[in-house]
Order: sequence, then C-alpha cells, then structure tokens
Amino acid sequence: MSCWETVADYAFRSLGYGERLLPRSEFTLCQQVTLIGSGMIWNVYFGTLALVTGFFLATAVALGKASAHPLIRKPSEWFIFLFRGSPLFIQFFFAYFAFLSLKSAYPFFDPFTSAWLGATIVLFFNTAAYSGEIFYGALQSVPKGDLEAADAYGFSGVTKFRKITWPTMLRLAWPAYTNEAIFLFHATALVFFTGFPARQQKGDALYYASYFADKTFNPFVPYPILAAYFILLTLVIISLFGLVNRRLNRHLPQDGRARLRLRPTLAR
Amino acid sequence: MPDCTDPASLEGLAWLACYLTTGKHMAFYGAFGTVLLLLAVTAPAALAFGFGGASLARSRIAPLAWIGKGYIAIVRGVPDIAFFLFFVIALDQAFEWARHQIRCGHWDQPIWQGNDFVVCPQAKLPLSTADQWIHEVYGFALAVLTFAIVFGAFAANVLYGAMRAVPRAQIETGHAYGMTEAQVFRRIVVPQMWVYALPGLSNLWMVLIKATPLLFLLGVEDIVYWARELGGTKTPQFTSYPHGDWRMWYFLGLLVFYLAFTRVSEVVLARVTARLTRGQATLAGEAQRKRAAA
Repeated sequence: MSCWETVADYAFRSLGYGERLLPRSEFTLCQQVTLIGSGMIWNVYFGTLALVTGFFLATAVALGKASAHPLIRKPSEWFIFLFRGSPLFIQFFFAYFAFLSLKSAYPFFDPFTSAWLGATIVLFFNTAAYSGEIFYGALQSVPKGDLEAADAYGFSGVTKFRKITWPTMLRLAWPAYTNEAIFLFHATALVFFTGFPARQQKGDALYYASYFADKTFNPFVPYPILAAYFILLTLVIISLFGLVNRRLNRHLPQDGRARLRLRPTLAR
Repeated sequence: MPDCTDPASLEGLAWLACYLTTGKHMAFYGAFGTVLLLLAVTAPAALAFGFGGASLARSRIAPLAWIGKGYIAIVRGVPDIAFFLFFVIALDQAFEWARHQIRCGHWDQPIWQGNDFVVCPQAKLPLSTADQWIHEVYGFALAVLTFAIVFGAFAANVLYGAMRAVPRAQIETGHAYGMTEAQVFRRIVVPQMWVYALPGLSNLWMVLIKATPLLFLLGVEDIVYWARELGGTKTPQFTSYPHGDWRMWYFLGLLVFYLAFTRVSEVVLARVTARLTRGQATLAGEAQRKRAAA
C-alpha cells in the first residue's frame, strides 16, 4: 500500500471518514504521520473554538473584576479563582461526570457528554478565566494619561471604552495572551484522557500517538511526530498573534514598539 | 462511632460515616498523601534539573549551551502530557536496555522483535519475582523522574532568566576582584538570583500542584484513580454499600481539595515573597520600606 493510499484512507479518520479500522500491523511511518496529523484536526478545533469564544467572556470577566460594584466584582473574582485554582484535568473529569448525571435526568444533555461540545465548554470557561486575569492585569496598567486625554477629547461611555481603553488593554495584554493561546492548544491534548470517550476511535493527535506507542511498544516514533506537529502549531500561533500584535502597536514610534517575546513564560 | 458490621440496616449519617471509613476509602485518603509526597520529592528534583539546565544554557562552550537551550525549548514547545506518556515508556525501556547490556552477555536475540521489546529475565525492572510494593515504588519513582524532567525544563527557563537578571555590574566587580568564572557564578550569581527567580518559581509551584493529577496517566493509584473507582455505580452483589454513579461528587471533592491547596500556597508564597523583598533595592522593597516608615 503506497503512502498516498494511506493518506487517502486516514487523513480524515479522526472525523470518521475513510478506513474504518485503525492499522493493526506493520505501523509504517506514513501511517503514523497521517493518523497523528489527522488527530491534530481536533486539537485545532478545540483550541480555536475555545480561544475565539473565550475571548469575549474574558473581556467581560476582566471588566467585571475591575468593577467597583461588589455584586459584579465578586462573581468575576470567584470565576477566575475557580478555574485558575484547580487543575484542568480535574475540571474535565468533573464536567464529564456532571454532564453524564444530567443526561440521565434530562436527555437534552446528551450531546454535552461528547467531546466536541462538552470538552469545548470546559476549555471555553478555562481559557476565559486565564485570559480574563491577563486582561484584568492589562486593564489596570492602561496609562492614566491616555484616559485623561480621552476625557479631554469628549469621549465617554462605550465610545471611550471601544476606542481607547479596550485597544490599549489588548495591546498591553497581547504577549501574555499569546502564551495563553499556546498553552490552551497544548491543553487540548488532555481531552481524550479524561473520561470524554473517543467514540469509534475518533480521537485527537495524542490519542493516536499513544495508540501507536501501545501497539508498537516503541515510543520513539509516534511522540516525536506529535512533538513536531505541536511545535509547528505553536509557530503558526506565534506568527498569527505576531501579526495582530503589529496591528495593535502600529501607532507607536517604530523603536518603541513592544516586540512580541518568543520565549513563552509558563504553562497553566 | 456507629457499628458498621451491618451497613444495610444503617441510615443517613451513620451509613455515610461507615461508608466513608471503609478500607478502600482509607486507601483513597492515603492517595492524598501520595500527591503530597510526589510534590515534596519532585519540587527539589525539578529545581536541581532546572539548575543544571540553566547552567548548561549559559555555558560558554557552544554544544553544552545548545543542549541546555534545546532542553528548555523542546519540553516547552510540546504539551506536557505528551512528555508524561512518552517518558514513562522511554525511561523504563532505557533502564531495562542498560541492565540488559550489563547483565545478559549471553543473550543473542535482538531486543526489538517486531512490535515487542524483549530483554533477558534478569534485566527486567523490577524483577518479575519482586514483591508488589517494589513494583509500586518503581512506578512512583518513574513518575517522579518524569515530573522532574518536564518541570526541570520550566524551572531551567525561570532560573536562566533570573541568572541573567543579576545586575551586570555585580558580575564585573567580581571579575575585577580576580575571581574565576566559577567563583563569580558560585559567590555572586547564585546567591542573588533567587529574588529574581521567585515570581517564576511561585508560578511554577502552582503549575506543579495542578499537574499532580496527571499521575493517574502514569499508572500510579492516585486520587483520580480512586475517585473513579469509588464513585462508580456499585450494585448490592459486590459491596455492602450500594450506590449510584457518584463520580461527579468525588471529583467535586478533588476540585475543592485543589482549590484549597492552591489558595493556601498563594497565601504562603505571598508571605515568602514579602520576606525576601525586605531590604531589596527593588520597587517592591522600596514600597515596603516607605510603608514601614509611614
């Protein structure tokens, strides 16, 4: 079987298209690269969806935490503490079993026990909490002079926020937010190891990598392939976020521009 | 203390009290000790790995610096969970392979047989005749080593930054006094870097706490294992304490445990930071001094 046939059979295996059975013998390099790459579709799906939706909740939570009103501030603080103070691994387990219990009472929750929805919701809340904290920190560092200038120009309310506060907050938060995005994508590898079932062996990249490692008892091929895919994904994220960073900083003097640091600081 | 000999006759709180003190629950509570033990062993081990990695990364000899920087970069570019799954098998095979080379001179079969990894019986780790507890200790030791390697890279990143944050003038002064490179490193860089490293190391400690549930993936019977085991639906045939699917509540318990643990850590670390900032020529140290004066 040539490599092209393997690609045709397994390129979309993670979504349920192509060959039904996973490879049972031989385990060629081509099969491993194709199938693990196929699994990356799920990692990209989880990461992108959670990041895009989480962005809006994060902005709301950051504003909530900065609010003077305790009825808005307290829930935001608790939300951030809840999701940043506990392991994502446990959050996945808890959410999965909670959805399972809800499902037995209300059939409406049936799709929530599948990874595509349930895990995305957990990741959405998780990244919203982490990014919310980053945005909150940035919001606190918006220069006072900028806001005074905005007042002087007659900006107020929503316009002031949309034109002045929010872009400055994003600009200051962007390097840290890039880190958060990278680690969010890394965190997507946890999904299928935390109760969420990979029905019909439709799993993510790590699921297939560990499948091959278990079958061949040789971890030295599938995991480096996985690592290469993730490093590639990380580089893509860095360059995309770098583009946004350039746009956010385009009004600053050339040499004063904050360069996006390529050394990500820490994981979750 | 209620009498737990006949659970079926018990009700309400008495039932719960008996249920929560069964032998398996005791093992579950013991597993919390495993988590704490892992943290206690891993934190210094990771710090040692981190120190080694950071020292390598700032080495003058290019290949050594590449090794150090490569270590930091690769572990950080890939999801940590992938490393956990990888290292557990890889380390196990590496140890067995090394023992195989030493102990099994007469062995003529290849170690890699198709999809199998075969070493001679004397090289098996632990030996197939060993007690159960040796197997458990070996599994735990592998887990600790894996954690140390992965988090060592994070620590190396933090320490590398901290070493570079030590004011340049201090190092130059050391050189001016005729100290060698090693002396400058030992007497000037290392003692001063901790203040700069502390925020990063605090953060790392939090990350480490939140990574402990991954022990479950390394085959250790930890709290996640027991929560799944104990929470699952139990029918009267197999246990005297039948109940429905309670896994959700067990994981809620774990969630609360971790929240409390991180909260306590936050408070303690804030105190340590305050203590270490005292008298430092930094913004925070200056603010502390002014507050005390006012």
